[in-house]
Amino acid sequence: MFESLSDRFDGIFKRLRGHGRLGEAEVDEVLGEIRLALLEADVNFVVVRELLDRIRARCVGAELHQALNPAQQVIDIVHSELIAILGGEALKITYASQPPTVVLMAGLQGSGKTTTSAKLARWFKSQGRNPLLVGADLQRPAAVAQLRTLAAQVGVPVYSAPDDVIASGVGDPVAVAAGAIDEARRLGRDVVIVDTAGRLSIDAELMKQVQRIEEVTRPHYSFLVVDAMTGQDAVTTAENFDRSLRLDAVILTKLDGDARGGAALSVKEVVGKPIAFASTGEKLADFDRFHPDRLAGRILGHGDVLTLIEKAKDAFDEAEAEAAAARLMEGTFTLEDFLEQMQQVKKMGPIGGLVGMLPGVPKELRNAEIDDREVARLEAMIRSMTPAERRDPGMIDGSRRLRIANGSGATTAEVNQLLRQFTEVQRMMKRFGIGAGGKRKKKGRKSKGSGRTTPSGTSAAHVGGGRKPELRLPGLN
Amino acid sequence: MEPWLLILIIGIVLVVGVVAFVVVPRRGRGPADEPPPRPVDRDAQSPVPEGSLLVEDVPETVAEPDAVPTSAEPDAAPQAVRPRLRDRLAKARSTVTGYLASVVGRGGIDQPTWDELEEALIRADVGATLTSEILDGVRAQVDAEGISDPEELLAVLRADLTARLEMADRTLHPLGDGTDVWLLVGVNGVGKTTTVGKLGARFAGEGHDVVMVAGDTFRAAAAEQLEMWADRCGARFVRGAEGADPSSVVFDGIEAGVAKNADLVLADTAGRLHNKSNLMDELRKVRRVADKAPGNVTEVLLVLDATTGQNGLSQARVFTEATDVTGVVLTKLDGSAKGGIVLAIQSELGIPVKLVGLGESAEDLIDFEPAEFVEALLDVGDDA
Repeated sequence: MFESLSDRFDGIFKRLRGHGRLGEAEVDEVLGEIRLALLEADVNFVVVRELLDRIRARCVGAELHQALNPAQQVIDIVHSELIAILGGEALKITYASQPPTVVLMAGLQGSGKTTTSAKLARWFKSQGRNPLLVGADLQRPAAVAQLRTLAAQVGVPVYSAPDDVIASGVGDPVAVAAGAIDEARRLGRDVVIVDTAGRLSIDAELMKQVQRIEEVTRPHYSFLVVDAMTGQDAVTTAENFDRSLRLDAVILTKLDGDARGGAALSVKEVVGKPIAFASTGEKLADFDRFHPDRLAGRILGHGDVLTLIEKAKDAFDEAEAEAAAARLMEGTFTLEDFLEQMQQVKKMGPIGGLVGMLPGVPKELRNAEIDDREVARLEAMIRSMTPAERRDPGMIDGSRRLRIANGSGATTAEVNQLLRQFTEVQRMMKRFGIGAGGKRKKKGRKSKGSGRTTPSGTSAAHVGGGRKPELRLPGLN
Repeated sequence: MEPWLLILIIGIVLVVGVVAFVVVPRRGRGPADEPPPRPVDRDAQSPVPEGSLLVEDVPETVAEPDAVPTSAEPDAAPQAVRPRLRDRLAKARSTVTGYLASVVGRGGIDQPTWDELEEALIRADVGATLTSEILDGVRAQVDAEGISDPEELLAVLRADLTARLEMADRTLHPLGDGTDVWLLVGVNGVGKTTTVGKLGARFAGEGHDVVMVAGDTFRAAAAEQLEMWADRCGARFVRGAEGADPSSVVFDGIEAGVAKNADLVLADTAGRLHNKSNLMDELRKVRRVADKAPGNVTEVLLVLDATTGQNGLSQARVFTEATDVTGVVLTKLDGSAKGGIVLAIQSELGIPVKLVGLGESAEDLIDFEPAEFVEALLDVGDDA
């Protein structure tokens, strides 16, 4: 089955624990696992090979022998190497002193250029710019129509060939692109985004065409749009495009799928172009600057806490959340609070997606698809309780249970299970709150990371071993 | 970072944790937990006013095969098409270095030989796990038969791969007496609409009465794109309003097709990522509703982009679970990508590749040929 990188690292970590020292044989075995994990995440073959060479060198070198916790050290080395590959500053967009700033969008068919062009236009608009979208994809039927619809949604004008020319299918995209620059000057538009037709990187004729578009528009930024689900070929494609176009950066699309984005990491490493933007959903607003470290965390399965926090900021009422969190720590968190929190969490998007962003979630949970409909069932059960019952679930006896079950269309066994799990987690959180004492903020952070990658050996030993099995138990019983 | 945010996250962990702990064990108890299929009440569910449905009949003359703008003559088509897979793939081949040239050139079989084979397969997106499984099998056979010639080794490998792809029936369901319905599904940007257009052109070119249904009511201008295909090849075209319930549009399309006694209804669907449960539910409903409509759903084709990596397997798994996929259409195989993930899909899920897309024109959609595909996958030319 499909195991994510982090699941594999879990396995590696477990096997390593107990080894005081790592011999070469153990290191080799671990590297083999890492290799498989990276390849399954679609990291390019060549990149994997080079990465492993570097990791091996550091592992068998002095670095590891001095480590108190060799297993942890290996994980840290892998992590830092991945960050190094992805890393670097996010691309900073600067604007031409002589407007317009021209942005050229290129890529394979179906990578999402047209949608991304519109999203980019929206982003520029949010930066206080006045973009002009250019429909230079005269090849795919209705591509310009698609661009016009999207542009209308973001309130940006579109320049393209006349309708009859588009319909004839013989329009000249180079002429359209050239005309667009003049049009932008005339209209006082300071950013021009040129959407080009999808093309294969081995199609010499079409590559020449996009080269000519580049010549006439002299773009300040040439972006390659890459689908996050792309496999080993991503690197070949990027290299070919870079040869014709002198790319500035990559825009990663469909990152909201469950692909682990190894292709993107490879493009960065082999072609040396940063990932400037990432598109994470079908809505035009689901698009932002790319944060390399977040993808590294995602590839490693550490979750994406920063994105989660951003979402939470949008969805939660600060004071309310703080109060609820305080009650949570004191153990006075009730089903009523739980219901309240659940409403807010729901605003952040599908629960299944959020679980994926949480670090240290046991893989049984992460891999299980959590359907929002089932969340609704839980909600129905809680809503079928009286306020008194929600505050004190202990008072729920057999007949109340039956009433709740009937009221919510569940079985009494399901009601039972909800109550049992809630009590269990409540007890756990209470103990956690007290046990953490004055340092609870810091510890709170560690506990969700489950210590797998905490750099310092001591805290890893403290948290990594003890806490997680407890978290796991109630679910597996 | 604000402290309250950290605490808040713990709150989320709690909520998510409780939800997950309750839901997951419950899920494990079996199929009884599946939500019952909702009764389909078209009048209640369809937000599309009847008037907004457009059924556009194309004049009969346009449906004549010789009026089709593409050069595909009904009879000449198979012969004209056959050599193309080889030709088009050869074009892709010449631009990438032949990994395996040195395998053959080495004169014997040693560890570097196996390493290079592994690299070739992994770079073709076959996947690391399946690659070692394949090579273990080949190695066993090579050892057992005492093969020492690299050419023979490649022949064994080729035969193994071809056999894997030939395991299932790859033929498209022949069009029956009634109205057959084919559904096209897949993630965003793989070429579903184009494939509907090409399939329509192919069958219209063969003299069949084809209806194309614009079931993609989400993507801007998807219907316009399909309409252009329908216009070009003389197929009927059915669409709903943008944002309409795709199930109702597909149902109406099938109904219209049956009323006109069409041979084939091709239903496009919106691209969706397979991890979006609400969108997959929508697709399940499209499938259910299509089954209830008067025609017979005989093919559900998963369109897969040849550039797709290991994620293709999970796409295939989820789409099959939702809609009972009968075959894969592998598109964009004329690029530098090899599409090796179909080997994993075939091996693990038993879904055969039925069609291959090799370009943008109507005749570039051809039947899948395992042997030729394997040859291209291994990147060894005829003269090697």
